[in-house]
Amino acid sequence: MPTTPRRRLRDAMTVVTPVRTKAETALTAQFEALRAELPKEGLAAREEAISTFAAMGLPHRRVEAYHYTDLRNLLREAAPLAPAAKGKKKAAKGEQALAARNLLGGVETHEIIIINGRLPGALALPAGVTLSVGADTAPTILDGADAVVSLNTALARETVTLEVAAGVTLERPLHVAFTQEAGAPQAVFARLKLGLGEGASATLIETLTGPSGIATQTNIAVEIAVADKARLTHVRVAAEGDDTFSLTSLGLSLGREAEALSLSLAQGSRIARHQILARLLGEDAKLKLAGAAMLDQARHSDVTLVVDHAVPGGQSRELFKTVIEDRAAGVFQGKIIVRPHAQKTDGKMMSAALLLSEDAAMSNKPELEIFADDVQCGHGATCGALDDDLLFYLMARGIPRRDAQALLIRSFLGEAIDEVQDEALHEALGRIVDGWLSRRGEKDGVS
Amino acid sequence: MLDIRNLHAEIDGKPILKGVSLTVKPGEVAAIMGPNGSGKSTLSYVIAGKDEYEVTQGEVLLDGENLLEMEPDERAAKGLFLAFQYPMEIPGVATMTFLKAAMNAQRKQRGEEEISPSEFIRSVNRAADSLGISKEMLRRALNVGFSGGEKKRMEILQMALLEPSMCVLDETDSGLDIDALRIVADGVNALRAEDRAFLVITHYQRLLSHIVPDTVHVMSDGRIVRSGGPELALELEAKGYADYASSAAA
Repeated sequence: MPTTPRRRLRDAMTVVTPVRTKAETALTAQFEALRAELPKEGLAAREEAISTFAAMGLPHRRVEAYHYTDLRNLLREAAPLAPAAKGKKKAAKGEQALAARNLLGGVETHEIIIINGRLPGALALPAGVTLSVGADTAPTILDGADAVVSLNTALARETVTLEVAAGVTLERPLHVAFTQEAGAPQAVFARLKLGLGEGASATLIETLTGPSGIATQTNIAVEIAVADKARLTHVRVAAEGDDTFSLTSLGLSLGREAEALSLSLAQGSRIARHQILARLLGEDAKLKLAGAAMLDQARHSDVTLVVDHAVPGGQSRELFKTVIEDRAAGVFQGKIIVRPHAQKTDGKMMSAALLLSEDAAMSNKPELEIFADDVQCGHGATCGALDDDLLFYLMARGIPRRDAQALLIRSFLGEAIDEVQDEALHEALGRIVDGWLSRRGEKDGVS
Repeated sequence: MLDIRNLHAEIDGKPILKGVSLTVKPGEVAAIMGPNGSGKSTLSYVIAGKDEYEVTQGEVLLDGENLLEMEPDERAAKGLFLAFQYPMEIPGVATMTFLKAAMNAQRKQRGEEEISPSEFIRSVNRAADSLGISKEMLRRALNVGFSGGEKKRMEILQMALLEPSMCVLDETDSGLDIDALRIVADGVNALRAEDRAFLVITHYQRLLSHIVPDTVHVMSDGRIVRSGGPELALELEAKGYADYASSAAA
């Protein structure tokens, strides 16, 4: 039956069919192509995720959380999905695996390498830790309605799950190395889940590495559930290739009296957006989120986080430091939510940026959403250049300008990095900062 | 050693130094006294190379080389040291890291080898002991949480370690109690040597009873208006700066 013009008009008003960009269309098509390879397990969740994505498309600047990183505009091409990695032995010796190991220098870890989103083979892990690989990619902490999370759910081939049994204390950190092995532009979707049982204590080091000079794309989602009275230290080192488009999501949930520190040290990547959703679900949990980012050239780096205090007595501290030079741009959006029953919440958020050049830019947007009446919450944001008086003081002692600047930058970032208690790991992070500073020192010209 | 010739300098277009001429010979301790606002601290900053001051005329020579053409770190490597009136607190920079960086930077500029770790620790401990600086202070971030007296002692410690040939002390006595003043003065006196000169800038005579100068210069309105021996300091202490302040205003 031919539809009348009147009927067509009504359809147009109710079913909005927005124009999709090339990348949006390609991403949906990638899922359709992948579908045949996917097991039944988790397929329903993937299908739901891709239709969620298809309905909204890539988030743009009118979507608040993506205001400063307009994906519809920035992600012009969706790179083809990366092929599955080859043998395990080869992988462990691969260039990128080596790079991940080198990042940490002398830190002894249990290494778990995830290449192009997949775990190449079984590994020996200490007692109390189990590892499994499954096809269920539905988020349990992260927001399934988020476009980046939806894409991850639909397109990640597997979920690598680590469980630390209740009461177990791991002496050595677990090191999950997300690496990309690529010879041409490709996209990697990877997913990790870590569970810390009641009273367990563990450190997770997450590294992101990949080749430079290739337009790779990364979408990594990590979810960490910290059960009652468990203690987590999570250190994330993002050091992907210089032409990488990196979209990463971290979901954290904390049980009663749980304690967690999550630090992100970031450099590299052409565009990086790291989103964190931290949920304090048990009473009297303590959370620290810290970040240290080093941006140069024309890099764009966005940290967008939400700390959700759902229950009473929680404490959260957020401290993010960003050093920006050349034409690079940094973004910090932080929101602390205090739900109506979350009395006695104590939350403090700080973002500080150090601008080293005329063209460096930083956007800070801290927010509080408080629905309880007996809370202590605060936030602050600063942007500034290096202090001339401090610089003069150091130079008057014979320290050349670049070295004096390096000392001051190191001390600026140090405040965030100093949250890490483990000495060897702290040193390794310091070396990464020093490496960036010495490359900066070698550049031509002085500021 | 230090030769200042007809030095004019301004900040934000406002002239502060209006023709300072002064010579300090090797081994000499010269004092500059003067009322507040006469340009004493500006002179120390201009000698050390703080870039917010613009030198419009004149020269500052150290051993015949024009300091005004050098960056502050190059001046330091040539043997210049400024003890700050207000030493900077630098959070996150460990005192020992800073001391080592400063010593090695100067050595590098002079084409010398880096100091060995053991020699470094020995020299720091020796100098710290004589100035009553505790190990705990050395472990902290540079000057962070230090009292006024502790900061001034830390300046003298740096001076002792860097072994400069020309030391400029800017109001080193300000904020010091009698005991701290004595420790600081003893530290300076211990460094007096035939090949090392001092320019001691102060508002009060009391520092000069501890660090006895060879010459005293009076600065007013951006110029040296009178020079003499140590007795000039006592005269100023008795009479005050009223004569000089009024002549400046006139």
